[in-house]
Amino acid sequence: MTPGDGRERRDRAGALLALPTWATLGVFFLLPLAILFVVSFARRDTYGGLKPIGDLGAYLASGKFLEHYARSLHPIYLKIFWRSLWMAIVTTLVCLVVSFPAAYYIAVVAPARRRSLLLGLVVVPFWTSFLIRTYAWMFILRTEGLVNHALIAAGLVHRPLELLYNDFSVLIGLIYGELPFMILPLYASLEKLDRSLLEASADLGAPRAATFLRVTVPMTMPGIVAGVVLVFVPSLGQFIVSDLLGGAKSILAGNLIQNQFAVARNKPFGAAVAFELTAAVLLLLWAYARYTRRRGEDVLL
Amino acid sequence: MSIAPAVEIRGLTKRFGDVAAVDAVTLDIRAGEFFSLLGPSGCGKTTLLRMIGGFELPTGGSIRIHGADVTGTPPYGRPVNMVFQHYALFPHLSVGENVAFGMRYHGVPRDDEPRRVAAALALVQLSGYEARRPDQLSGGQRQRVALARALALEPKVLLLDEPLGALDQKLRKEVQVQLKQLQRSLGITFVFVTHDQEEALTMSDRIAVMNRGRVEQLDDAARVFERPATEFVATFMGASNFFDAFVRGGDAASVLIELPGGAAARLPREGRAARAGEKLRFVVRPEKLDLRAHDLSTRGVPTVPVTVEDRVYQGVGTVWLVRGPGGEAFSVYEQNEGADEAARFATGARAFLCFRTRDAILLGAAGEP
Repeated sequence: MTPGDGRERRDRAGALLALPTWATLGVFFLLPLAILFVVSFARRDTYGGLKPIGDLGAYLASGKFLEHYARSLHPIYLKIFWRSLWMAIVTTLVCLVVSFPAAYYIAVVAPARRRSLLLGLVVVPFWTSFLIRTYAWMFILRTEGLVNHALIAAGLVHRPLELLYNDFSVLIGLIYGELPFMILPLYASLEKLDRSLLEASADLGAPRAATFLRVTVPMTMPGIVAGVVLVFVPSLGQFIVSDLLGGAKSILAGNLIQNQFAVARNKPFGAAVAFELTAAVLLLLWAYARYTRRRGEDVLL
Repeated sequence: MSIAPAVEIRGLTKRFGDVAAVDAVTLDIRAGEFFSLLGPSGCGKTTLLRMIGGFELPTGGSIRIHGADVTGTPPYGRPVNMVFQHYALFPHLSVGENVAFGMRYHGVPRDDEPRRVAAALALVQLSGYEARRPDQLSGGQRQRVALARALALEPKVLLLDEPLGALDQKLRKEVQVQLKQLQRSLGITFVFVTHDQEEALTMSDRIAVMNRGRVEQLDDAARVFERPATEFVATFMGASNFFDAFVRGGDAASVLIELPGGAAARLPREGRAARAGEKLRFVVRPEKLDLRAHDLSTRGVPTVPVTVEDRVYQGVGTVWLVRGPGGEAFSVYEQNEGADEAARFATGARAFLCFRTRDAILLGAAGEP
């Protein structure tokens, strides 16, 4: 037996072990994506179904198969995409700014024995359905809600503030929902951070802020990037939060897609928008994978 | 010669809960000397060093560096630099960037940095390594980069926290000599933490031997070795033969004692107030003991009768393990001169331990320097 045989066998075993992964990915991710892709080029009939295409050649030649993509470029939709993007960016930035001190406290400052308790508190909200937790925000923010009650009782305002059904409430909901997905990867990175590097930086004369920017941030960059991806991607496709907390005015890309399938019954158009969004996210993930591979670290996603 | 001390430590204490890691330590470190903090793990030497560096805040006491009180000053405000135990090189920066890291905080102009980096790397024989990454270097090279990074800032005092601990034995010996030469040529005060007595002896001008948060002895390197002040220091420096004797009398210069086994001996008093009837403890290094087949006490040589228990052949020498009349364990080291001598005594044989009076080191009461 030559050494090559052994390698071949190992390769075959590896392929066999990878089979469940590829099967799962294929059935639950690639196949639906392919269906979505095909549907986005179809025509809808009057009742929300798909109209059969008689002559495929003629259909393709007419260029009509691109009509949904063309429609999605209409300023009205571009404005929705732009709003979604902007909301996702703000959500991600606020999450990053809020999570860093929290994760830093849990990983570095807090005594080791209290670490798991604090991490547990970050994860506890997951025990309740996201839908219910978003409803809870309605009770907190509405005109007769907790916040307004407290503000009036304290004499700070005379009339209740309009806290619900605007961009502010949508952002609150998004940030609240995504916060743990930022804290956890940041914690993982900060926990691995060698404390003596921070001491070395201080020893070499760097004040605290300089140590943070020149040592802590670059050393935890993998966690920051992972957190940004984990928060940004779901925020971009969110529709529950904007549906419940945003009211009628606050439509995001997620709502647009959901509307096309559930309300407007225009599956091809919904599919086209969904596919555009998915493509954008995949592009982002591809950039992330390239970044981590260049740093020689594990790809988290 | 009244040069101000580089570091003045007064009543310095650090408590972790109920435990005093450093317990009311007072000492001066002279400018330009190679000073070692020596002791077993947990003796407080690293905590003491970290307090000088500013990484731990003392519970009590004060630290002055070249006259300025730095007791509460953060690390970035102190004129000291540290070489960390595991070097703490920034893995995301190149060797050159590591060495240049602190320069901007020390008023070095940006365009002067490359020249200063090159000079610091030349000092540790790593010229041309600027572009390497720390993970591309060997352990010894990393240690030298850490040294260059600290020296590049021209600190008044350099702190070294067991910087040779991660190197293999052979490399260690080389680096010890290089480090000592470097310190001598630069004239910078080195404060060096180690648990290795040989390392401390090789490199240091003075050594503070620490035990349980206190300094047991602070002396010139040779004196710590030759004249340990306490039982702990004696043991730590490898002198493990303790003799208990009774004081029978004496004069201003010497003490007359009765050795185990009954023989009499006269030891130099060295200013000790040993009175007749008191018990006295002294120590003799294994290589200063002599194992004889005949009793020499009649000729005035201090002698203790023993039983031979075992022989450990060590190549260059032989260690004899023997027991005194009270069951005390002693070890005698002798150079191997010929093949026959190795088997001079059989196990269980009667023999006699002799030593010269000047090799007997009188100890104070345990724990009292």
